[in-house]
Amino acid sequence: MKRTFSIGGIHPQENKLSREAHIETFPVLDVAYISMAQHLGAPAEPVVQKGDKVKVGQVIGKPTGFISTFVHSSVSGTVKAVEPKGDLAGNPVMHIVIDVEGDEWCEEINRSKDIVREIPFSSEEILEKIKNAGVVGLGGAAFPTHVKLNPPKDKKAEYLIINGTECEPYITSDDRIMRERPDEIVIGAAIMMKALKVDKCYIGIEENKPEAIVSITRAASHYPDMKVVALKKKYPQGGEKQLIDALTGRKVPSLALPIEVGAVVQNVGTSLAVYEAVQKNKPLIDNVVTVTGNCVPQHRNFLVRVGTPFSKILNAIGGAPSDAAKFVSGGPMMGKAVANIEASTLKATSALLLLTEAETKRKEEGNCIRCGNCIDACPMGLEPYLLNKLSRIGGMYDELEKEKIHDCIECGCCLYSCPAHIPLLDIIRVSKAEVMNIMRNRSVKK
Amino acid sequence: MARLLVSGAPHLHVKENTQSLMRDVLIALAPSLLVSIYFFGFSAIKLVLVGVISCVLVEYLIQKFIMKTKVTVNDLSATVTGCLLALNLPPSSPWWLVVIGAIVAIGIVKMTFGGLGQNIFNPALVGRVFLLISFPTLMTDWTIPESWFRTDVDAFTGATPLGIAKEGLAAGLTLPEIFAANEFTFREMFFIKAGGSVGEISALALILGFVYLLIRRVIKPHIPLIIVGTIAVMTGIFNLINPEIYTGPLFNIFTGGVLLGSIFMATDYVTSPMSVKGIVIYSIGIGVITVLIRYFGAYPEGISFAILIMNTTVPLLNKYCKPRRYAKEVKNG
Repeated sequence: MKRTFSIGGIHPQENKLSREAHIETFPVLDVAYISMAQHLGAPAEPVVQKGDKVKVGQVIGKPTGFISTFVHSSVSGTVKAVEPKGDLAGNPVMHIVIDVEGDEWCEEINRSKDIVREIPFSSEEILEKIKNAGVVGLGGAAFPTHVKLNPPKDKKAEYLIINGTECEPYITSDDRIMRERPDEIVIGAAIMMKALKVDKCYIGIEENKPEAIVSITRAASHYPDMKVVALKKKYPQGGEKQLIDALTGRKVPSLALPIEVGAVVQNVGTSLAVYEAVQKNKPLIDNVVTVTGNCVPQHRNFLVRVGTPFSKILNAIGGAPSDAAKFVSGGPMMGKAVANIEASTLKATSALLLLTEAETKRKEEGNCIRCGNCIDACPMGLEPYLLNKLSRIGGMYDELEKEKIHDCIECGCCLYSCPAHIPLLDIIRVSKAEVMNIMRNRSVKK
Repeated sequence: MARLLVSGAPHLHVKENTQSLMRDVLIALAPSLLVSIYFFGFSAIKLVLVGVISCVLVEYLIQKFIMKTKVTVNDLSATVTGCLLALNLPPSSPWWLVVIGAIVAIGIVKMTFGGLGQNIFNPALVGRVFLLISFPTLMTDWTIPESWFRTDVDAFTGATPLGIAKEGLAAGLTLPEIFAANEFTFREMFFIKAGGSVGEISALALILGFVYLLIRRVIKPHIPLIIVGTIAVMTGIFNLINPEIYTGPLFNIFTGGVLLGSIFMATDYVTSPMSVKGIVIYSIGIGVITVLIRYFGAYPEGISFAILIMNTTVPLLNKYCKPRRYAKEVKNG
């Protein structure tokens, strides 16, 4: 029996339609729109002005806080504007707009395809290189990687966990890089092990990706401390807390980070970006984006430069089908609905998913029939029906805290599985934010 | 592409809804319904039709004219209640008895609490118990109506095995004497038995419905299995102690309403607990109370009372039996 996490979880149809599509390099753009809010934490601050000439890989934004990182130009050309533009929700965010001229890269970037195995750097040098390359977590949250690889001094990391589960339906970008670039991923993991000074590494991959398991296992055979583990298919296995449980049996306490149980989790995409940053001096300027959906005639995996407008990606597949009603950036379970198709890709954009109205439109909300499906589905062992009920009364924050609403990982299993189609997660998200705010204020007062 | 849909994640949802779940329950009840039509003929059809129509109508009228809210009879939950109510009545019940049951079940038990999902008690069961207490003679009249499909009316006695056993014991007979006099056979009890409510007559048909509900994942197996298991263990022990007065496990499981009650009534989402721990306590409670009433109570059958009594514990069980949480402790400091 293959391992998986022990509480809750769901089995949505996997729909990995693009799994056999090789990674194709997306054509160089005419204009790139690069957001300064690429990562979790403080947005970067522009360091170029209108009229400046930039090369591929040149720094155009610098970090403005502890949790923040660099942004690099993904194209070469002239800065046309530094101005707020709509992100995928349509909210104004500072962007650097670059008119593309040619494709000239910074000299220090090694663009050869040769695999570089030697890691001649110290732990500190690795962290510095990762920070300077603007690497962020590519599993979705885009947390700056150098911060995560540098845990507080009183905590001891024991394991590096590499997340190759790709448990979201539809997305295949991680599957493709594991199949096409396994050596780079594994070397990236070895680099992070060195940065963390740990001697244990698990690579978890769900069993619906047998080719990736074979290629990663073969690549990891060079490293006796790395163990590739095939996991049973279940969503949300790629959640940090679920993956740690599945691989080590340890459970992260409430409100704590994975480091509390000695684990640091990184995505396979991040691992590849770390390899490129450390071994090739290449900043994070491109990533693999899956373009798919049941209504889409072609399922593709594109290597796109950061700052590519979604509308350009749609053009590349021949335009959006007429029955596509919702565009999702990311997977169908945790991705964000795109309101502005002129918004551009970020470092951590993993997919552009097109759904029809029939597939995605929410059914009319009915009364809760107390079937308990949300409780069975919740991977944190919470009671979403109760959190919904308490939230709707209003002001029941003490009760919500007692029911551990702050443990919610917003995976969407409850809303997905509700036969009464109650917007459980929407409601829970709002009161979770409020409860966490109250808890934060209380700890500040102490 | 005139406009884009935008909403929070997740962007996919299960296909099921309340209506489809209720439809599955109706499909699961179909075998029992067919057997009862075969056995009781037009009476069974009449009871079920009157039950369904009056339950749906009561819900419609209350929502439309008293609560003035959206009418939700399309969710089929009132249809299920009507069916279950009819299946819980003696086959010779007059039509107006069903109507009174429906008014109690939907009007009082379901709608006064706020409608679907809000009621404390199983509506159909309260309807049945209300009728049992108000019309004791009608509700224990086990005359078998005529059926076009059946010619051997005389082969069946009409009274329920549970009733016969209870009366016999009260008259001072021992169980072996009663069984010998009435020729109860396991075969008869399993496939088709005389005497009993409309929906109780075939264990096989009920079990078919149970299997369908499990395959469609409408219910989990816990509640029916634990109730039947508890009854089996408890009656097994009593039967070993004194087989002359205490009936055994097979007799207790396959007579009366244990299967109908545990598969279709105790599993009602609204009135059963949410967590596995709660479900275990609830189901054991139903089993124990059923056996106690059957052995020591005034009524020959106790499953309806047992389920209703345990229904009252559900809010408490939901409050104190939490599911297994992922994060046990809070980070120190």
